[in-house]
Amino acid sequence: MDLYARRRVVNTVILSLSFVATAIGLFWLAAILGTLITHGVGAMTPDLFTQMTPPPGSRGGLLNAIYGSVVMTAIATAVGAPVGVLAGTFLAEYARNSRFAEIVRFINDILLSAPSIIVGLFIYEVMVLRQGHFSAWAGAMALAIIVVPVVLRTTENMLSLVPGGLREAAAALGTPQWRVITEISYRAALQGLVTGVMLAVARVSGETAPLLFTALNNQFWNTNLDGPMANLPVVIFQFSMSPYADWQTLAWGGALLITVVVLVLNIAARVIASWSTVKQ
Amino acid sequence: MSDLATRISDWDARYAGWARTQNVFDRIFRVGTGFFAVLVLVILGGVIVALIDGALPALRHFGWTFVTSESWNPVTENFGARAPIYGTLVTSLIAMLIGIPISFGIAIFITELCPPWLKRPVGVAIELLAGIPSIIYGIWGLFVFAPYLQSTLQPLLIDTLGEIPGIGKLFAGPPLGIGILTAGLILGIMVLPFITSIMRDVFETVPPMLKESAYGIGCTTWEVVWNVVLPYTRIGVVGGIMLGLGRALGETMAVTFVIGNAYKIQGSLLAPGTTISAALANEFTEAVGDLYLSSLIALGFILFVITLIVLALAKFMLIRLERRTGT
Repeated sequence: MDLYARRRVVNTVILSLSFVATAIGLFWLAAILGTLITHGVGAMTPDLFTQMTPPPGSRGGLLNAIYGSVVMTAIATAVGAPVGVLAGTFLAEYARNSRFAEIVRFINDILLSAPSIIVGLFIYEVMVLRQGHFSAWAGAMALAIIVVPVVLRTTENMLSLVPGGLREAAAALGTPQWRVITEISYRAALQGLVTGVMLAVARVSGETAPLLFTALNNQFWNTNLDGPMANLPVVIFQFSMSPYADWQTLAWGGALLITVVVLVLNIAARVIASWSTVKQ
Repeated sequence: MSDLATRISDWDARYAGWARTQNVFDRIFRVGTGFFAVLVLVILGGVIVALIDGALPALRHFGWTFVTSESWNPVTENFGARAPIYGTLVTSLIAMLIGIPISFGIAIFITELCPPWLKRPVGVAIELLAGIPSIIYGIWGLFVFAPYLQSTLQPLLIDTLGEIPGIGKLFAGPPLGIGILTAGLILGIMVLPFITSIMRDVFETVPPMLKESAYGIGCTTWEVVWNVVLPYTRIGVVGGIMLGLGRALGETMAVTFVIGNAYKIQGSLLAPGTTISAALANEFTEAVGDLYLSSLIALGFILFVITLIVLALAKFMLIRLERRTGT
């Protein structure tokens, strides 16, 4: 075989392999979603949304867990998103090319990929140990710490994309800087900011590890944020590791529910980002 | 005339007042946003301090033997981190062996081969893999993937590679389904989207002129990727791999489901083991006694230090690439 033919063969083989790699990647997505649907659809009854988590051997649903997840995610977003947006604002608007911004960005990216179970340990040390009991507040704070870096990063990116000319035009009219930021930069980057918050919500709504030893779990209906609170991920963990078939079915139902919510949020965030007035 | 003068000075005074209030607002806004930026640094500092504080009793009590000892016995309160550290490193290594080539293939497909209309859907689908919560990978791994491996891949490995002297030890023992290999494979799937998206992004930064010059002298697509794209983006590719490694090291729930929780270093990859994060997830709420709890926090501290180093290296590499390409 001459050199030319060999080069063409090598090329074809490797490019086919890259095609296969892509097929493998997509196959996993399909396999996981397929399993979730086949196992989870059976559990998708009205009971799932109206009954409490049952003891083994009796019928029930996931109402208390769904409630707990929604409450903790909401608190985490309410606390973490403003922190992320404001910190991102400082980096993009006030400290753009400074050393300080570089350091914060670096630390933020490390927090973004740091193991979430470590965040759980941290909150355990500073909240649960001090208060002497597990609580929904602690769970929400652990999730909030995960929200901050996600929102900070997208906020900073999106504000950096706002053309400087817009700010200068506003400043030339005598607008104070804080109003330039709130009424020009924020408005221009609004879709991006919303995207960041949605991605953060998607990220924390499936987080399990930080909740294991902060919010713990609760078999009963509880609206007291100072006590342990049921939440979907931990219930899924506990129920699927159990030997009881009806618990496992509920776990699959919860798993399908979380995945649908997370994927819908992820896709919606991308759609909103594509409407954005500032393009990457 | 004097009427106009008073109106002007009146207006001047009002403007000065307005400017002063705006100045105050400006300062509040600047200091306020700056405060939250500093808060990010405080959080990381707080995490480090809290972990050291919690880990100290165990580290003082055991000293260096904490890292080298393999025993993990809550009854006699004798704890060593060797088995979890081993499990963490080996599962992550397997994940990298699986994840890197597949990610590389996907990144080549998306940047070089894919028709433009297909780029976005394929890219988004791979990114959605990153969106799936890790507990979902766990439950899927335990009920679907592990039994599947038990009946297909593992007996095959035992009968083929297991027979070879030397490396055969790695594939000895009964096919249990769960174990270190299974955990590593699932981690490999989980890091795919992270490594792929970085590789894809850095491949896109290669100036078209460079690639076209290579095509112009008759290079095949593969030769362009291997000789032009890869050398140009080398630091970024390594950075992306390190980022994926950081994820794999700290991943908790997916591993907890399928690792088998055995505090023992067995030669075989098919055997159950444990990782730092799985040990924490399984035992933390059940730990009684200060030393037990402190030992678990010390495990967490070790994990944090390892991931911190890996992630910091990853960031340094990506920043260097960014500086060079000037984006």
